Amino acid sequence: MRTLHRFHGGVHPPTNKTQSNGKAIAQVVLPSKLVVPLHQHVGNSAKPSVKVGDHVLKGQIIGAPEGRLSSAVHAPTSGTVAAIDMQVVAHPSGLSDLCITIIPDGKDEWTERKTHDWREMQHAELRHILREAGVVGLGGAVFPSDMKLYSHQHKITTLVLNGAECEPWITCDDRLMRERAADILQGAEIMRGLLYADEVLIGIEDNKPEAIAAMRAAVAAGKHERMEVIAVPTVYPGGGAKQLIRVLTGIEVPHGVRSTDMGVQCFNVGTAYGAWRAVAHGEPLLSRIVTVTGNVGEPQNFEVPFGMPVDELVAQAGLQPGTTGHIMGGPMMGFRLPSAQVGVIKATNCIIAMSDALFPPAPPALPCIRCTRCAEACPADLQPQELYWFSKAKNFGKTQEYHLFDCIECGACSYVCPSHIPLVQYFLFSKSEIHARENEKQAADRARERFEYREYRIEREKQEKAERLAAKERAVKEQTAKQIPPVEAPAQANPENTLQLKIQEAIDHAKEQAAAVKPKNVENLTPEQQAEIAEIEARRERIRELAQSHVEQPKE
Amino acid sequence: MLFAPFISKPDNVSQIMLRVMLALIPGIALYVWYFGPAILISLTLASVTALATEAAMLKLRDRPVAPFVKDNTALLTAWLLALSIPSLAPWWLVVVGTAFAISVSKHLYGGLGNNPFNPAMIGYAVLIISFPVQMTHWLTPHGLGQVELTFLDQLNFIFSGALPPGVTLDAITMATPLDTLKTQLHLDRPMQDIMGMPIYGRLAGQGSEMVAWGFMLGGAYLLATRIISWHIPVFYLGSIFATAGIFHLIDPAHYATPLFHWFSGAAMIGAFFILTDPVTGPTTPRGKMIFAAGAGFLTYIIRVFGGFPDGMAFATLLMNICVPLIDAYTQPKVFGRKEKKA
Repeated sequence: MRTLHRFHGGVHPPTNKTQSNGKAIAQVVLPSKLVVPLHQHVGNSAKPSVKVGDHVLKGQIIGAPEGRLSSAVHAPTSGTVAAIDMQVVAHPSGLSDLCITIIPDGKDEWTERKTHDWREMQHAELRHILREAGVVGLGGAVFPSDMKLYSHQHKITTLVLNGAECEPWITCDDRLMRERAADILQGAEIMRGLLYADEVLIGIEDNKPEAIAAMRAAVAAGKHERMEVIAVPTVYPGGGAKQLIRVLTGIEVPHGVRSTDMGVQCFNVGTAYGAWRAVAHGEPLLSRIVTVTGNVGEPQNFEVPFGMPVDELVAQAGLQPGTTGHIMGGPMMGFRLPSAQVGVIKATNCIIAMSDALFPPAPPALPCIRCTRCAEACPADLQPQELYWFSKAKNFGKTQEYHLFDCIECGACSYVCPSHIPLVQYFLFSKSEIHARENEKQAADRARERFEYREYRIEREKQEKAERLAAKERAVKEQTAKQIPPVEAPAQANPENTLQLKIQEAIDHAKEQAAAVKPKNVENLTPEQQAEIAEIEARRERIRELAQSHVEQPKE
Repeated sequence: MLFAPFISKPDNVSQIMLRVMLALIPGIALYVWYFGPAILISLTLASVTALATEAAMLKLRDRPVAPFVKDNTALLTAWLLALSIPSLAPWWLVVVGTAFAISVSKHLYGGLGNNPFNPAMIGYAVLIISFPVQMTHWLTPHGLGQVELTFLDQLNFIFSGALPPGVTLDAITMATPLDTLKTQLHLDRPMQDIMGMPIYGRLAGQGSEMVAWGFMLGGAYLLATRIISWHIPVFYLGSIFATAGIFHLIDPAHYATPLFHWFSGAAMIGAFFILTDPVTGPTTPRGKMIFAAGAGFLTYIIRVFGGFPDGMAFATLLMNICVPLIDAYTQPKVFGRKEKKA
């Protein structure tokens, strides 16, 4: 039996999972339109590769990855591209982002799907497939998976598969593990292969016995070796990657250090499933399991195509009257959607319809009484009461001394606070202020450096000029000293001669500089433009020659 | 709610304070049983004064009155102060002490959460320094005095200072067990004899030791419901026990047993109810240990070598001064920055 480790703190909010975990994953009725944001992952936004009016097939790339850290975006069904424009997206800021709107044609017609045998493939090729398939972390961080699947030979010993699902209300991973365990494990095998990892540890909170049983059965049936399904205690935020790694392996990954440096890499079970479908079935990431719960008639999990408007999704679960808004994610770390019309994205694991009965407004905050329940609940061993004090006083230096940036924003402190202080909000405020100041400081530093360099350059040029002059003068003196018998004072060498030399030197210098100047912006010219330039140059040359002869003629 | 988390534990400051007050009830009940109902009068007086002062101060400071008055923190301060001073103290003593505790030591420092010193102990300190005579009106426990006052007589004395005809103040009050011990030791009586006096019970003072048990019971409830952590009671009582134990071992004839010190004076109420005040105590586990150990040591030293009958209040205030320093130097290591296990 494996010994499990503990992390400090944690809380036990009511799980509210039974509402939605009893029913099998349902397919949604295709919505009237799909609003697919091009930026659904960490890194660069995908670049649109279709035009308005194009007909697209299911699985066709509509946004190509741009740069190293990026991921592709695909058409979730067949249809017509109706718009490529800025729309409000599922982000707490409520800001707009570039989205591709597709009107489904109802045929759900696939593009060509290529299947692969991953065991026969080069790692680079495999990573390319994952990138082109738009596989990103489905645990919420949406980090492009191909970027996390690099390893030098056996540097990573353990692959952790995260099926903890510690947030209340959410059951999408639970249902996925119950229904599609074999595929998840196949995905884990691909990941293990890419990472050269030795063992695979699958952590699932012990409040999901069916999922644990299903996964264990799949491990046995698939004859997976050195792969273990481990029931971990139910405690929020036990599904945080660092917390789960701690519980399973005993390793504490400090802030700013990658878990891979400690020999562990962690993926959500949904990501493993997505990786398997992409590689073995040629199905890019087009949809995901989303828990729809809260103030709805039939809370359940749906397989939802990306871009499906949230209001159409909750309508299919029977939205009840009295809904005051929608949370995307769980109640501990999720956020209120700026609008119910935004499209579901790769990070959408759960939509909770809010009502005053389910989520009563918090009473007004009282002052902190330093009861330290927050410190007892903090999984990062922080002292939230101190961080709150310093944040409130805008003493940001002190917040950093008290390790503000180790805060994982899990909300456990706010949850337990008897004074109902929105602690996490204070910490977010401090973090953003520190970032803003840091940026300002960097900008000021850069400006100062530029200025100082300019001063230095001017000074240096002056000095160089002076040195050159001095050298020339010395040379002239030596020359005249050689020509004129040493009886005469060398210091009084022909002053006119020196002056002339100086003038000649200045002319030479100017010519040199003129010659050194190269025309700019000529790298990407069309042949026609180059021909045009050549013609102009030739004309100029002729004029110069003419001018020269005119000037020189009278002399002769 | 606008921000995550959208849920919160159904728990608030008001309830916590109420439960602490609930935990005081066994001690209060035993107090009434052994010393008569006068304590109920001072508890009521203190409560009314505290609420009135709290409301007036909030009004003066232009703060919302209702949510703060309802938080029960002023009431708790009032109860702790009333339990610390003689129950036969004149009514104005309770009023002055409570009003001072709430207005000066709480609100002038910024109100709830901002006061560096325990308000109840400030109230006590002010009273014992300013009105030492009135602060000696400790009732004789049930069965020991020459005369026992009825509830109405006690009420009458507290409010008008008049005793029933023929009864003197000395007949109904006495020095506390701690004070008696000090005086008798001064007279060079051996410990054995002193402890044989009728004022002493099995462990400490007759009656007062039972009240201490009552507070211990309440403390156990606070520990069980996780309103307080074990650090402060264990280290405070441990520190008293160790200090008293050392002295007792060196010279048993002059220094009382550790258990005597546990069950005398304010040690028990201090360990579970006063030193555990979150606002004025340290926040880190190690800090709590240092704070409580220091307070235990000081309590003993002041009791035995100092000029005041009990050391609990001054030990608390002295350790309150050190809290910022203790907190700063006892910060726990954060996740991932702990020493790696070999």
